[in-house]
Amino acid sequence: MIRLEPRPPASVSRMLAISLAAGAAALVLAAIPMGFAGLSVFDAYGLMVKGAFGSVFAFTEMLTRATPLILTGLAAAVAFRAKLWNIGAEGQLYAGALAAVAVGTGAISGPGYILIPAVALAGALAGGLVMLGPTLLKSKLGVDEVVTTLLLNFIILLFVQMMLEGPMQDPMGMGWPQSEPILDEAALPKLLERTRIHWGLIVALAASLGVYFLLKRTVWGFEIRAVGENAAAARHAGIPVTATFIRVGLLSGALAGLAGVGEVAGLKGYLTADLSPGFGYSGIVVAMLAGLSPIGVVFAALFIASIFVGADSMSRATGVSNYLADLIVAMALLCVLVSGLFLRFKVRFISAPATKGSAG
Amino acid sequence: MIEILEILISPNFWAAALRIATPLIFGVIGALICERAGVLNLGIEGIFTAGAMAGWMAVWLGTGLWGGVLVAAFAGAVFGLIHAILTVPLGLSQHVSGIGVTLFATSLSYFVYRTALPDVSSPPRIEAFQPLDIPVLSELPFLGPALFQQTSLTFLALLLVAATGYLLYRTPLGLAIQAVGDNPSAVESQGLSVYAIRIGAVVAGSSIMALGGAFLTMSAFDAFFFGMVNGRGWICIALTVFASWRPGKALLGALLFGAFDAFQVRLQTEVGSFIPGQVFLMMPYILSIAALIVVARRADYPRALLVPYFRGQR
Repeated sequence: MIRLEPRPPASVSRMLAISLAAGAAALVLAAIPMGFAGLSVFDAYGLMVKGAFGSVFAFTEMLTRATPLILTGLAAAVAFRAKLWNIGAEGQLYAGALAAVAVGTGAISGPGYILIPAVALAGALAGGLVMLGPTLLKSKLGVDEVVTTLLLNFIILLFVQMMLEGPMQDPMGMGWPQSEPILDEAALPKLLERTRIHWGLIVALAASLGVYFLLKRTVWGFEIRAVGENAAAARHAGIPVTATFIRVGLLSGALAGLAGVGEVAGLKGYLTADLSPGFGYSGIVVAMLAGLSPIGVVFAALFIASIFVGADSMSRATGVSNYLADLIVAMALLCVLVSGLFLRFKVRFISAPATKGSAG
Repeated sequence: MIEILEILISPNFWAAALRIATPLIFGVIGALICERAGVLNLGIEGIFTAGAMAGWMAVWLGTGLWGGVLVAAFAGAVFGLIHAILTVPLGLSQHVSGIGVTLFATSLSYFVYRTALPDVSSPPRIEAFQPLDIPVLSELPFLGPALFQQTSLTFLALLLVAATGYLLYRTPLGLAIQAVGDNPSAVESQGLSVYAIRIGAVVAGSSIMALGGAFLTMSAFDAFFFGMVNGRGWICIALTVFASWRPGKALLGALLFGAFDAFQVRLQTEVGSFIPGQVFLMMPYILSIAALIVVARRADYPRALLVPYFRGQR
């Protein structure tokens, strides 16, 4: 028999150790499908490490990939802290990207120090507004936000496709469903010449520090954590629960919206309907792997990004399907879930079976 | 107006509605069984994908169609067991575990498919289930073409609705499943195992969900495509709330949905040039949210849904 005994709140080092163990466990488990695909595990991981860290180009590619993951990871982490289950970062990312393109392709003009903040603000606002609906439905009518945020992902993606085939299609795009390119003044500057890494990374890092201070040092942060721990008790203590949910929802959606801004204004320069290979969903894994810690999100995003970039490069070298990366990321989520158990409980193995009737 | 009426009285329309509803019926019944036992299963989207891939691949490897159905159900059971272990005895977040199972099942299905068929550009086809054309019954006016020219899997889905209704309301096991979703400690005090019932319900429900996926590759189409599940699982989660966790209403909800979907396809051919196609594609999701809002006030959730139960606690 296994018995679980609650343990006191975990220390930072223990949380760190457990996250690392979960990541490592996922990498070990991934050996099974690798073997199935006929790969030598050591060669495969060697190629993956080389693909993510082996050169300045590889490393900056990995950081470029991590940028949206930090932001969607923060979006999930801050919402999950309040037990607001925002599964809609993918849609909020596209909403942010759409707003960024709407503003940044000539709706307003001006120098970069006006245009870039305007584009970012529009994107954050769009992402936040998307989250407003599910949050209000949850707090006012009791509609489950998991389902509404999920369904909104599909609605928004279809809306983006509709705009890209209709009013927002680039007339110079040879009929491809893509938006006009963003103005040069609205584009986020590159961090390094001849790489794709851009200022979005700085924004993402600043955002994680900002969320950290918000949660740790402010009244709002305290209220978010209190609502997440026990909404009924928080209400009893006079914390404005509905207002807190709305704030968290807006913040979470805005962070995911910023991820979309970074991808169009920093990386691609224009919007297509395949802008995100599931950054919103991977953000959930990032947040869980980070133990919902805003600083941890940065490291978890780097880990997940190196799996994606490394596996892409390994896949090109060996011809093995790059769905392996998604598989490892999914395994990491399951592993971190199980490992969370070791955070909250002491697991005891008891030799004698529990007697019946001891339930009372 | 006349055209709309013509659509609604055409047996072909209702046959299409039932065909579109079939995977949803499997999905809602599966989700409903899990949730009646107190476990939300957001693994459904991935379990659909796994059922679609595993069933198709089994047939492609030569198990025969019903062998493929069994393989699909088994794949669903395996992923259901993962979700059940994480959420029932370990009591982990049902939301996150479900998302994890969806990501895992989807990526594993894609990976296995790509690994088994590395270089094919067009997916290989199988000999799928054919409409039954039941003698006499399929000759009936209207009902014949609408109801009795479906494939076996549609009839299996309808049978499962009746069986689930009977199980839940007429058998001790069904009452135990309901009790486990409402008041688990009362069940434990009767000497029954909450864990066993919940795990069993999630595994059984997940294998039924997987049949919804299998229907896609083995009846609606004859091949596996990436992204073919395309949100159907999530819609089943919404339909479960709409159905107030009742099998009869689940069937009704799925049929309404199928009818709506079949209707919009036909309407689209009429007015297609005025309204972008995406508007029609959005409708199922918008409708799902609308349904959730309408029923939210009177939603009669199983009271212990999402609440982990730990043995020896009250």
